[in-house]
This record gives sequence, C-alpha cells and structure tokens, in this order.
Amino acid sequence: MASNLSDYKTEVHNDWCPGCGDFGIVSAIQMALAELAIPRHKAAIFSGVGCSGKTSHYVNVYGVHTLHGRVMTFAQGAKLANPEMTIVAAGGDGDGLGIGAGHFVAAGRRNVDMTYIIFNNGVYGLTKGQASPTLKLGLKTKSLPEPNVNQSVNPIALAIASGFTFVARGYAYDVRQLKDLIVAAIKHRGLSFLDVLQPCPTYNDINTRDWFAGMDNLDEITKKPRPRIYKLEDTGYDPVVHIDSPEEENEKLTQALIKSNEWDSKIPTGIFYKNEMIAPYDERIGDRIPNYLENPPAYQEISSNGKSITDISKILDSLQI
Amino acid sequence: MALDLTWVIGGPQGGGVESAANIFAGACAGCGLKIFGKREYYSNIKGEHSYFGVRVSDKEIRSNVIGITMLAAFDAETLFRHVDDVHDDGAIVYESDLEQVKTDEIPTLDKPFKERLEKHLSSKNKPLTIQGALEVAKERGVTLYPISFKTILSTLAEEMNNPTIRGMFRMLNVLSVSVSIGLLGLPPDTLLRSVEKIFSSKPKIAEMNKHAANYAYNYATAKYQKFKYHLSPIQSNSDVILVQGFQSTGLGKLAAGCRFQSYYPITPASDESVFLESNETFDVENNRPGSTIIVQTEDEISAIGMLIGAALTGARAATSTSGPGFSLMAEALGWAGINEVPIVVTLYQRSGPSTGLPTRHGQDDLLFAIYAGHGDFPRIVYASGDIEEGFYDAAECFNFAETFQMPVIHMMDKFIASTVATVKRFDPTKITIERGKLLEKINDDNYKRFTPSEDGISPRSKLGLENGIFWNTGDESDEQGHISEDPVNRMYKMDKRAKKIEVALETIPKEDQVVNHGISDFCLVSWGSTKGPILDAIEMLKKDNYNVGFVQVKLLHPFPQDYVKSLLKDVKTIIDVEANYSAQLGTLLNENLDRKVDYYILKYTGRAMTCTELYESIKKIIDGKAEKRQVLSYGV
Ligand SMILES: Cc1ncc(C[n+]2csc(CCOP(=O)(O)OP(=O)(O)O)c2C)c(N)n1
Ligand code: SF4
Ligand SMILES: [Mg+2]
Repeated sequence: MASNLSDYKTEVHNDWCPGCGDFGIVSAIQMALAELAIPRHKAAIFSGVGCSGKTSHYVNVYGVHTLHGRVMTFAQGAKLANPEMTIVAAGGDGDGLGIGAGHFVAAGRRNVDMTYIIFNNGVYGLTKGQASPTLKLGLKTKSLPEPNVNQSVNPIALAIASGFTFVARGYAYDVRQLKDLIVAAIKHRGLSFLDVLQPCPTYNDINTRDWFAGMDNLDEITKKPRPRIYKLEDTGYDPVVHIDSPEEENEKLTQALIKSNEWDSKIPTGIFYKNEMIAPYDERIGDRIPNYLENPPAYQEISSNGKSITDISKILDSLQI
Repeated sequence: MALDLTWVIGGPQGGGVESAANIFAGACAGCGLKIFGKREYYSNIKGEHSYFGVRVSDKEIRSNVIGITMLAAFDAETLFRHVDDVHDDGAIVYESDLEQVKTDEIPTLDKPFKERLEKHLSSKNKPLTIQGALEVAKERGVTLYPISFKTILSTLAEEMNNPTIRGMFRMLNVLSVSVSIGLLGLPPDTLLRSVEKIFSSKPKIAEMNKHAANYAYNYATAKYQKFKYHLSPIQSNSDVILVQGFQSTGLGKLAAGCRFQSYYPITPASDESVFLESNETFDVENNRPGSTIIVQTEDEISAIGMLIGAALTGARAATSTSGPGFSLMAEALGWAGINEVPIVVTLYQRSGPSTGLPTRHGQDDLLFAIYAGHGDFPRIVYASGDIEEGFYDAAECFNFAETFQMPVIHMMDKFIASTVATVKRFDPTKITIERGKLLEKINDDNYKRFTPSEDGISPRSKLGLENGIFWNTGDESDEQGHISEDPVNRMYKMDKRAKKIEVALETIPKEDQVVNHGISDFCLVSWGSTKGPILDAIEMLKKDNYNVGFVQVKLLHPFPQDYVKSLLKDVKTIIDVEANYSAQLGTLLNENLDRKVDYYILKYTGRAMTCTELYESIKKIIDGKAEKRQVLSYGV
C-alpha cells in the first residue's frame, strides 16, 4: 500500500541550479518512501554538506543535515540507537569519498542495515566546481584552472572492497529506475550503497546529460547517438550471492569489480552486487545482547519518578572489599 | 600515632606490576585500612619501567606523599630509579641476584636519568652498580631485605612438581608482595583472599599463586622480624569498595541511563569504554534486562558523530576521550551546540600538547574544553575532583545535557583515571534523572523543534516520535530547523541559545557549582584532581597551626563569577593550584574577579601532585618566602 507522494515533500524552497541532477534524486527518494509506505516519523534522511546536503530539507521525514564528510557517522549512531528507523544517508562525492572516505570504508565493515546514496557529479558543487575524487585524471571541467592531476576513485569497487553488501548505480535523470533501486536498497538487509551519476550543469561541462546520452558518440551508419548508460539487468547480469560459499562469493565479487571498471563508452547501471549472507550489525549486537532489537537504546526506560532504575549492585559487589 | 605508609612496587611494563599492586591494595583494604594507589607507566607495552605506589593508612587519605616506606623490586631498574626516594628509616625488599648489575647494563635507563644517577653515585665514591646504590641507602639508615626470589621460584617448582614455575617471572610479583605483607605484619589470610580475588577468573593460576604467596609469606616471617613500621587490621565500615577512577565514571554513566557510548581507543580514556563493554548487559528495576551499546569507531570524529546520532533518538549517549581525540571532535561539538543536542563528552586529560606525555597526568585542557569549536555556542564544562565525585558527576552531566540541551564536557584526568582507592560504596539511589523538556508524545502536527520559550529551551522531540518531525542542520536555521540566513531569525537563535547559559547558571545548585571547603585569609582555589592533595595538605598544615581555605570550582563554564567572587571577598591571599603550565583556572579567575591571583602553585612534569610538596609550597607562601609562581617537580 503506497502512501501519498506529496506527503513526503516539504514546502522548503529548493535552491539547486535549474537542470541539476539532484532534483531527480530527491524525487526518487520521495517516491521510494511513498511506495514503501514508511510512516513519516519512522524515516530519517541524514545528509552531508554540499549542494547534495540540502536533500534532507526537501523530504518531509526527520531530516538531519550533518557536517561535511561525516554523514555516515551520525546516521549509523541513530540507526544503532533506534533500529526501527528507516535511515537514508545522502551526500556528495567529495563528502563521502574525499573528506569522509575513512567513514565510508569503516561503514562497510559494520554493515549497518541502512542506505547510503552518493550524488556523484565529479565536482565540489557548493564550493564552485573544484575536482571531486571521482573526476577522471586529466579532465578539465570548466571551473578548473588546470586539468585534474589525480586519478579518480571507483566508488562501486571501493564499496565492494569495504564490505557493503548491496552495491548499485543509478542515474539522476532516470528517476523511475532510481526509485526502484532505492526501494531495493532500503529493503536490503544490511548496508546498501547507491552511486548516482548526477550531472552538474553548472560546473561539470564534461559528464553532461548529452554526454551520458552519447550525443558526442554517433553510430557511424545510423548517425544516432549511442547512449553510454545501459542497464545491467538488460544483459542478464545476476548480482546476487545465492549460496553461502566462497566460490559463489568470489564469482559475484569479481564480476562486479570488472563491471565497475567500465566507463568511457559503456556505463552500467543497476545492481552490481548483493549479498545477504553476511550478518548485519544488529545481528552481531544481538548475539551479545539478545533482546537488542526489542529493547534498543532509544526505547529503554532509565528512570522511574526521577530515580535511576539501573541495577549496578552486582558490579559494586565485585568491587566490594 | 596514626599509621601511614607508602609501599611501591616497580618492574617492567607487562610484568604484572599492576596485579601485584592490586593484591597488595586488596590485602590492606581487606584489613579495614584505607588505600590510595597510583600507577605510573610509559607509553609502551612491554619492557619499560612502570611502578605502582600504594599509600596505606588507618585514616582517610586522598593523595600520594613524597617518599617511600617500603620499596619492592625484583628488577634492577626499579632499584636504580627509586632507591633515593626511600625514606631514611624505610626499607627495600629486593632480588639479591641483582647486586652486581651495572648502570650500563640497563638499556631502558634514559640518558638524562642515567647521567644524574652516575654523577650521584660517583660523588659518594660508590661503584655504578646496584650494590653501590644500595650502600648509599644503607648508610642513610635504610633497612635492606635481600631475597633470592629466583631460588624461591626453583623451590616452588620442585615442591609443586611443576618445572615451568622456574621460568614464571610474573610470579615474582606475587612473591614480592607476599614478602612485603609478611614484613609489614598483616595476617596471611587477607593476603591469600586478595590473591584469590585478583585471579578469580583463572582458578588454576589462582591456586598456584596462592601456594606461592603462602610460601613467600612464611619464608619472610621466619627469616625476618616485622619491619618497624607495620600494619595491623582495624575495624572499619563494611560499605567500602576498592575502585579505580575510570570505573567510577563508567558506573555513573550506567546508573544515569547511558545506553550508547562510542569511542576511539586512547589512553587514559578507553579503559572506561572497555569497562562499560564488559558490563554491557545488566538488570533494571524488577529484573528486566537492560543493556548499553559500546561502539568502537574508526576515529574520534566518528565517535562524536555517532554519539550525536544516538542522542537524537532520545537515548542518553556519551563518548570518552583524551586531548588528541577531543581536538578532532571540535567541529561536531559546535554542531551539537547549534542544534541543541544533549551529549556528554568525558574528557580524560593527559599531558599535551600533541601526543605529549601520552600516559602521564596533566590538567592541560581546561581552556580548550571551554573554547573548542568555531563560533559562539553554549556548553557546560564540569570537573570532578576525585573518584567518588566522578561517579555522581558522570550522572549529573546527563541531567545538565538534557535539561539545558547542550553539549557537556565532563573533565576527568589521568590521575583520577588510574588511581585506585578505597571509597564509600556508591549509592545509586542518590542519583536523580532529569530529562528536561524531552517529549514522549506529541498530539498535534504543528511541532517546531526550536519554538520560542522564555528560558530559551524548547520542547525536544526525538527521532521516531509521531508528529515530532524536525530538521537539524549545521547552518543557522529557523524554528523548524530549516536553513535560514535571515538576520532577524539569526538574532533570535543566537539569543535563544545564549539564554540557556544564563539559565544553567541560575538553575544548577550553587553547591554543585563550587565546593566551599572552608574560607580563610589564605585560600586555595583549584579544580579537578588537585582536590585530594589539597585536602591532605590542608590537614597537614592544620597540625602546624596554619589555617588554609579551599574553594573547589566544579562548574568551569559558564563560570560562576558572582558566587566565586562572594566566596573570596574577604580572602587576603588567593593561591591558584593546578597541574598545568599556564595556570588556566588562574586565567579565568583573573578575568572574572576584580583582583588578581596572588600566588600560583603549578606542576607540569606529568606526575600528579603529592600532598607533601603542596604542603611545603603553601607553607612557604604563608611564611612570605615564596615566589609568585611555585613550580612543583617531585616524582619519577
Ligand atoms: C570541514 C569542511 N571543510 C570544507 C567545507 C567546505 N565545503 C562545503 S561543500 C564542500 C564540497 C562539496 O562537494 P560534494 O561533497 O561533492 O557535494 P556537492 O556540492 O557536489 O553536492 C566543501 C569542501 C566544509 N563545509 N567543511
Ligand atoms: S552547482 Fe551543480 S550540483 Fe550544485 S546545485 Fe548547481 S548544478 Fe547542482
Ligand atoms: Mg560533488
């Protein structure tokens, strides 16, 4: 039972540049929440700092616009304390793969049951177009004084190497597919990662809508553009680890890494890798604290009539002379 | 005469010095005696010199003193480092095999110390050996107890039919404690009980060590008479625990309902988190299960980020760190400030700057705690003076955080963290839990997180609460929490947040802000862990008919200016006491009082103050023989 899409929109004035890919992403998030009919108070969008960071203000659920690079830390803390919440973290490529790269890797190791969406535009939008960690070596976008001297990081490969258990890529102008991917990511048991190709018409004049559509890459005979973007599912690609065996896992990891390396003329979207054989963090806590999910930090009673109800007497006994 | 002696054991790091000291402390405490013990160690895991000093008395003690009554040493470095510190009428229990060891043979003796030592031995015409050093001591009157611990080990190996014992050098610790206890005249049963308790998780090892302890005890008492300073059991209150500082704050957090703690390992803070993790499940009222989650993060930025995220769900949450980690937290602290999130950061100070003296004491971070982070935002900085305060204050800090909806920095330090002492059993029924304007239910849908209110404190929703949706942002924001750069709104929000600081100062009970230990013409003003040495020094001064006052400031920010002023108004001489270089509280006093501090007593060697040196320094001031700035330096 889907909810009303308009319920998930706020009235906050949206100040992204006209044509910005971010609009598509925020719509897809709202549509996914509506489709999943998640009660508004049971969802929270955490965001980093950048143009992308404003996302949380445009979605009418709990919204936490955090610090540059730190969105995953805040989001994981909230999810661990209140596992009933549906948590989506959103942030820029600079945010998550530059200043926040350490948190990205550490998050993969935990596999907290939540979703992380990176708005991959190749630039630092909000600070006026410097190169982001995903911009390819040698490219000179319009606000760069000199071509980029750094190699680019491969977000899909990094996510897989870090231990994310659901890794996918969407395209900001294919809102329908993106919505489906977000729905699948939220439903996934474990940490899901979405790399969203997000044209920034203002600063990235190379990876534009036309470029993704292959307007510069015409078929010699038909003279039609050959789109760079294609869908993995259309090629019969199966991302899922079906059985809990090292062989199966190796096969699925390897094919995902190989696919993640495709770029220039063919750019895959869709789910690269999905593995639900790995216990999410809450199960690992549950092994030590059996009633963790029924009685998480956010719902524990700690006082009665202003008095402490925690019984520390056993620990005090062990220190007693 | 009151009984009061200091026993020191030293040895290489990782060699069991700590468990030996705990056995000693446990045995003494088991006889009703009061304990104050402190561990000193290098930033090293194995091999460097570490030592544990345990002061024992039949009256209340709160600090260490200068000098050693009995030194127990089974390695040469301990002897070289501490021999001169043994009182003229003190004693040394040592491994007799070591007598021929030369200073050159000990690679861990650092150059400056070695040079000082050799110069000293040469000036006394002694060889540069243990024997030389011990001769100097003997000539001063020190009693020597040479004991071949290695022979004892061999005997034990035969007796117990277990040749591996011969190589068990960790057992040397137990042997030297047991010999010491024998010489000091305490009954063997408390010794054995203490050994059993320390090794309670390993019954086999416990048995072996008990056997060894018994043997060494009998060996010592058969061979030697009781040492002239000895201990005897006394009747005492049964409600006493033997506890370390990091345990007290950990327990305070549990009792206060802290259900989430994130941390990144750092000395001396992480002991607390590890302690909490070992106690992550517990009962709450009516035998229901309770638990707390301890998350080891990838760095301190993540630790505070996770903490804020957890606090937004309404859970009581905290982190523990030390200076370097706190430096990394500065940006997020401001985020919690602007978004009015109640968080508790327990800051165990050590000596900085940078990595500084990573395992040594210091009160270096007061001003940093007050000013950390860019921009103007409210916070509370609150300092505990000793282990017991650590327990109750840890709980109180959550009340401050939730009542005033702001970050609270709870100042602790290495001295308190690694002190082990007998204290009155903590009483959790004394802890109150005040959650401020936290909402449990919201009926209509016009909730606004930063709605105006007279005291600047708005009703607080939490993630997951129906009708309670809000937004937070590090940008300035409107009443709902959406970004706003409007100048009128900016003034509203700044004034609102600032108002809470005034309210905090009005609301926090005066006796919790500042502890008035007595006012006198000469008055000490201090904060944090100097409390113990100060109180002990004041008692010593009383015996000499010197009357000295003491004002302990616990609430350092917002600074209780009027109250401190009124307390000090008739005081003739203000003496600021702190364990840092620049007199950071002194800076605050000079800013907040209409007068200047008259004298400073400071220490920045990385070693805690002893009451003895403090006593001497204060006396000098009263006698008019002191410089304005007194710098203390005792300690190895
Ligand atoms: C600690 C810190 N350093 C620098 C900045 C300035 N800053 C704001 S946004 C941004 C980069 C944003 O780029 P990205 O994360 O890719 O997001 P986008 O704007 O492209 O969506 C930077 C460096 C900051 N806010 N905080
Ligand atoms: S600068 Fe780029 S990313 Fe930012 S809003 Fe404009 S188009 Fe979008
Ligand atoms: Mg970007």
